[in-house]
Amino acid sequence: MVDAALTYRSVATPRSFRIARTDSIFRGLSYAAAVAVLIIFVGLIASLGIGAWPAIKTFGPAFLTTQTWNPVTEHFGALASIYGTLVTSALAMVVAVPVGIGIAIFLTELCPRSLRRPIGIAIELLAGIPSIIYGIWGLFVFAPYFQAHLQPWLIDAFGDIPLLKNVFAGPPYGIGVFTASLILSVMILPFISAVSRDVFETVPPMLKEAAYGVGCTTWEVMWRVVLPFARTGVVGGAMLALGRALGETMAVTFVIGNAHKISTSLFAPGTTISATIANEFTEAVGDLYLSSLIAMGLFLFVITFIVLATAQIMLRALERRAGGAT
Amino acid sequence: VNRSLYARRKFWNGLFLSLSLAAAAFGLAWLTLILGTLVADGAAGLSPKLFTEMTPAPGSTGGLANAIAGSLIMNTLAVAAGTPIGIMAGTYLAEYGRHTRVGFVVRFVNDILLSAPSILIGLFVYEVIVLSMGHFSGWAGAAALMVIVIPVVLRTTENMLLVVPNGLREAASALGAPRSLVIRSVTWRAARAGIITGVLLSIARISGETAPLLFTAFGNQFWSTNLNAPMASLPQIIFNFANSPYEDWHRLAWAGALLITFTVLALSVLARVLESRRSS
Repeated sequence: MVDAALTYRSVATPRSFRIARTDSIFRGLSYAAAVAVLIIFVGLIASLGIGAWPAIKTFGPAFLTTQTWNPVTEHFGALASIYGTLVTSALAMVVAVPVGIGIAIFLTELCPRSLRRPIGIAIELLAGIPSIIYGIWGLFVFAPYFQAHLQPWLIDAFGDIPLLKNVFAGPPYGIGVFTASLILSVMILPFISAVSRDVFETVPPMLKEAAYGVGCTTWEVMWRVVLPFARTGVVGGAMLALGRALGETMAVTFVIGNAHKISTSLFAPGTTISATIANEFTEAVGDLYLSSLIAMGLFLFVITFIVLATAQIMLRALERRAGGAT
Repeated sequence: VNRSLYARRKFWNGLFLSLSLAAAAFGLAWLTLILGTLVADGAAGLSPKLFTEMTPAPGSTGGLANAIAGSLIMNTLAVAAGTPIGIMAGTYLAEYGRHTRVGFVVRFVNDILLSAPSILIGLFVYEVIVLSMGHFSGWAGAAALMVIVIPVVLRTTENMLLVVPNGLREAASALGAPRSLVIRSVTWRAARAGIITGVLLSIARISGETAPLLFTAFGNQFWSTNLNAPMASLPQIIFNFANSPYEDWHRLAWAGALLITFTVLALSVLARVLESRRSS
């Protein structure tokens, strides 16, 4: 072995040839695997583009701005699905961001040290539960309870307030945009709290101690020192969660009601891009119908790509900073 | 001393800290509620029949044997094909292409694939495999799951290889070991627990994936191990049965849900134990 190593490159022996060949084969294989990932990505975009082309050609940009969804007359517009996707994701973020950050604050500052790991793991288990489980749980457990107990009460409570009475209007179905958003928010909660907690832990203790030293309360330290320091990371984590929320299929499909219409009321049934695809793709007859569904998929890909790419750029910058500091 | 200012600061501090406590309670409450219902409703449907009988027609009794078999077959294929690609690509990123342009692009693209909506991966495989074969198939389902396995394995492999100290590589190289040998018998070995963690996490991830299977493997009411034919899977059966109006089917859906959730959670806990053993 030592001899071979010494003679490697300097004297060409059969053995050194063999080693050089193994080396280049191994390198080639690993390079090929890396390129395979690129090919999958390009193939994904290309196949969505090709599949979407007939619909894009037929409807043009109006596809994104019309609400009609009529398989019989073959007239398709994605607006209702796009609206549903954006509204459910936005609402889910409104709930999940403060709660997720709250959990991270609890875990880093309040929680007794011995409970930190178990509670942290429990929250992360929420991320491990498959999304279809959220879906059937929402459909069979949450929706009936919500319909029977909370929804009538909410409709009554906001019934006299202008504006809000339109938002919380309508017969209590149990399922609908509101329920879908709530289930979605629980799903993305762990992503936000996990990233936030990790970033909070990178805050130099010196900064916090200095703030405590001048007499700040725990909350003031969090709000004025830790959060500003961790801002990029928290926003990056939130974007990552938003990316998940936009494309989530199963948790939403069960509880949103699958109605192609835009309603001012959050209690009304609606649909999202991914829910529409999941529900209609295997039953879609006609090339234009299929192509319209794929075109919606392409649009979903474009928006999630933008969101996820932004998240990555923010988190990468943070990693570099953390790497530079140590 | 400004007493009212102190009182106000104390008040806000107490309020926000209680809110963060409430946030943690909120998260834990959902976890308990979901797992609780799963155990309560799923356990009712658990019986040996679940593993020995086929999915029934509405109104008759049956099990989930064909769905369990289909899931096992497709998951095994997806992991068997996706793991080597993921490990090799992760190795390229960490060992050869750390600062190259290809490395940068692959890393970026991989992180997008990692969080990309899985239903789009279903559409992709539909376009590429199902349309060219002319029908839904087990192969297509396995391919869709493989596309999900690769980014998970790649990411963890790269991360785990990056924390292997350079001193180990240098020591091995100084002994004259060629690069491929250094990687295979030194860095891979040092990162083994971490790489296995990644594989476990990828299995956990695909075990619950439903959306990419709907229009690739499609589903099958009967026992079938033919990969060229439509194939049943647990998540897809849960999806169909839960959306049906039949009580028997709901019960089976809950039993299936219990099975996959506990498989997934057990895998994640196992992965975590492995990881903590590595770091300690």
